[in-house]
Amino acid sequence: MSARTLHVIRACTAWLATLVLFFPLFWLCLTAFKTELQAISVPPLLLFTPTLENFALVQDRSNYLLYAWNSIVTSFGSTALGLLIAAPAAYSMAFFRAPGTRGLLMWMLSTKMMPAVGALVPVYVLAQLSGLLDTRIALTVIFAMSNLPIMVWMLYSYLKDIPREILEAARMDGAGIWGEARHVVLPLGLGGLSSTALLCLVLSWNEAFWSLNLTSAKAGTLAALIASYSSPEGLFWAKLSAASVLAIGPIVVLGWFSQKQLVQGLTFGAVK
Amino acid sequence: MPFLQLLGVEKSFGVQRAIKGIDLSVEKGEFVVFVGPSGCGKSTLLRLIAGLESIDKGRLMLDGRDITDLASSKRDLAMVFQSYALYPHMTVADNMSFSLRLANVDAATIREKVDRAAAILNLGPYLQRRPGELSGGQRQRVAIGRAIVRAPKVFLFDEPLSNLDAALRGQTRIEIAKLHRELGATTIYVTHDQVEAMTLADRVVVLRDGAIEQVGSPLELYDRPANRFVAQFIGTPQMNIVAAAALPALQTLGSRAGPTLPSDGFIGIRPEGLQVKPAGGGAIPARVELIESLGADTLIYTDAGDGLQMVARQSQRTALHPGDKVGLEVDAAAMHCFDREGKALRAGG
Repeated sequence: MSARTLHVIRACTAWLATLVLFFPLFWLCLTAFKTELQAISVPPLLLFTPTLENFALVQDRSNYLLYAWNSIVTSFGSTALGLLIAAPAAYSMAFFRAPGTRGLLMWMLSTKMMPAVGALVPVYVLAQLSGLLDTRIALTVIFAMSNLPIMVWMLYSYLKDIPREILEAARMDGAGIWGEARHVVLPLGLGGLSSTALLCLVLSWNEAFWSLNLTSAKAGTLAALIASYSSPEGLFWAKLSAASVLAIGPIVVLGWFSQKQLVQGLTFGAVK
Repeated sequence: MPFLQLLGVEKSFGVQRAIKGIDLSVEKGEFVVFVGPSGCGKSTLLRLIAGLESIDKGRLMLDGRDITDLASSKRDLAMVFQSYALYPHMTVADNMSFSLRLANVDAATIREKVDRAAAILNLGPYLQRRPGELSGGQRQRVAIGRAIVRAPKVFLFDEPLSNLDAALRGQTRIEIAKLHRELGATTIYVTHDQVEAMTLADRVVVLRDGAIEQVGSPLELYDRPANRFVAQFIGTPQMNIVAAAALPALQTLGSRAGPTLPSDGFIGIRPEGLQVKPAGGGAIPARVELIESLGADTLIYTDAGDGLQMVARQSQRTALHPGDKVGLEVDAAAMHCFDREGKALRAGG
C-alpha cells in the first residue's frame, strides 16, 4: 500500500471519527430550534423553520439563570478550592519527595476508580446532618474533593518539570519558600496551573451525579436542569435539547477559546 | 583564623556515607578547587557549604560565624550551577538583579551593579534578552554575572564549564582566572577536569569516596602526590605505576625513598620521566603499541612484557612505528615510590 493511499485512509478515518463525535452535538443544537412535533418526526428533519420558543420556555419554566448561576458558583468555587489544596500538595510532592510520595500519588489516583455512587450514602448523610443539602457549599466542596486527585497529579507532573536547580538558584539568591513560589514556581508553572484549572472547571460544570442527588430547587446546577426535562410521561426532546444547549453552551465556548491549554492539560503537558 | 572552615563535616544519604569527616580551611581570597572522580563527594561538599544540603555532623564556619544551620539564602554565598540555572522567564538584567530586588536594594544601585557586572562580562548588548535567546557561553557569563552583582563572601562554582565545548571551555577558564584576579574573591570550584584544577587553583583538594586524599598547590600535588590515587589522578596521561617486583631493575635505581622501597611496593614514573631509546638501550625493554602525535607532544604507548603497559611523553616527533622494539630509560630523580597500601614513600621516612 503506497504512502499516499495510507494518508488518504488515515484522513478519512479521522474525518469519520470527527463526524461520529460531532454529530450528536450537531443534532442536539438542531433539535433545540425545532418544535416538539418536528423533533420526533420520522424521517428526521434537516430543513425546517427554526423557533426560539423552547429556549423561552426553559427560562420561564425553570429559571435557567438560577441554575446557570449555581453552575458558575460551584464550578469556579470548586476550582479555586481545589487549587488551594492541590497546589501546595503538588509543590511539596514535586520538590520535597519522600520515599512514600509515589505511593501516595497512586493511592490518590486510585480513589477515582471507585464509582461516585459508592460514596453516595455517607456523603448524603453527612450533608444532611450538617444542614448542607441543597446548598452550593456542599456541591462546591464535593466537586473540589472529587477533582482533587486529578488536580494534584496534573500539577505535580507540571511542577516536577521545573528544574530543581532553578529553585536552588533562587534560594541562593535570597528567596525564602514563598519567594521561590512567587518568583519562580508561579511564573514557570502558570501554564500548568491554568490547564489544571480549566480541566477542573469543565469537570465540575459537567458533573451531574452529585448535583442530582444532593440538590433540588435552590442549588441545582444546569445538569439538574437538563434532567428535569425527562419525565415518566416521556422525553420532551426539543425542550430537552434547548436546555442542554443552554447548559453546555458556556463551557463549549470557554473550551473553544482555551482549547490549547485544555489539550495540554488532558495530555499532562506532553503536547506543548 | 581561616575565612572558611569545615570541621569534621559529615553527610549521609540513607546508609551511604557521602562525606566522611572533612576538615578543611580556606583563606580569604583563595581559589580552592575540589577535584575527584565521579561520585567522590565534591558536589555534595559544595552543596553542604552552600546550604542546599544539611550537614549531619560537624560545623561550618564563615568569617568567624557558625553558619552550619543557617539557610542558604542567609549565608552570603553565591553559586554558579553546572546547568547555569537561569530564570527562563526573566531577562538577563532581571536574572542578574534578582537577588538585589529581593533584598530591596534601590533601583539606581541595582542598575549600577548590573551595568558594572555586564561590562566586566561583555553582557551589555544582551541585557534585555531572555536566556533562551543566548548561546551556552553567554548563559554561562550571565550565571557568573548573577553571582558577581551580589559581591558575596564566597563564590561557589559547580562544574561551570562542563556544558561548554572544548574551545569555549578554555576561553571561559581564562576569563574565570582573570575575574578572580580582578575581584580577589574567595572561590570554591568543583570540577572533574584536572586541567581546570591545575590552571585555576591556588590549592587543590583531591577527594575520593567522600574523604580528602590530599590538599596542596597544583604543582605540589603533581610533584609530591601523597598516594597512588593522587599520583594517578593528577597528570595526563596517568602516571605509570609498576609493581616493584615486576621490574627488579628499577629497584636498583636511586629513588626518592632511598633504600626503603619495599619489594611489595610500587614505583611510579610520569610519562615525561620515561625516555624512549633504541632497542638495547634503557633499563626496560619494550615494544611500541601505539603512537599519539599531539603536535607539541608525542605519546608513545609501549608493552614492557607480562601485560605491563607504559606510556612515555616526549616533545620531539618520532620516527617509530607500532611493533618497533625499544628500550625505556627511567629518570631516577623523577621516580615516585609507594608502599603496598599505596602511600607515598619519601626520602628520610
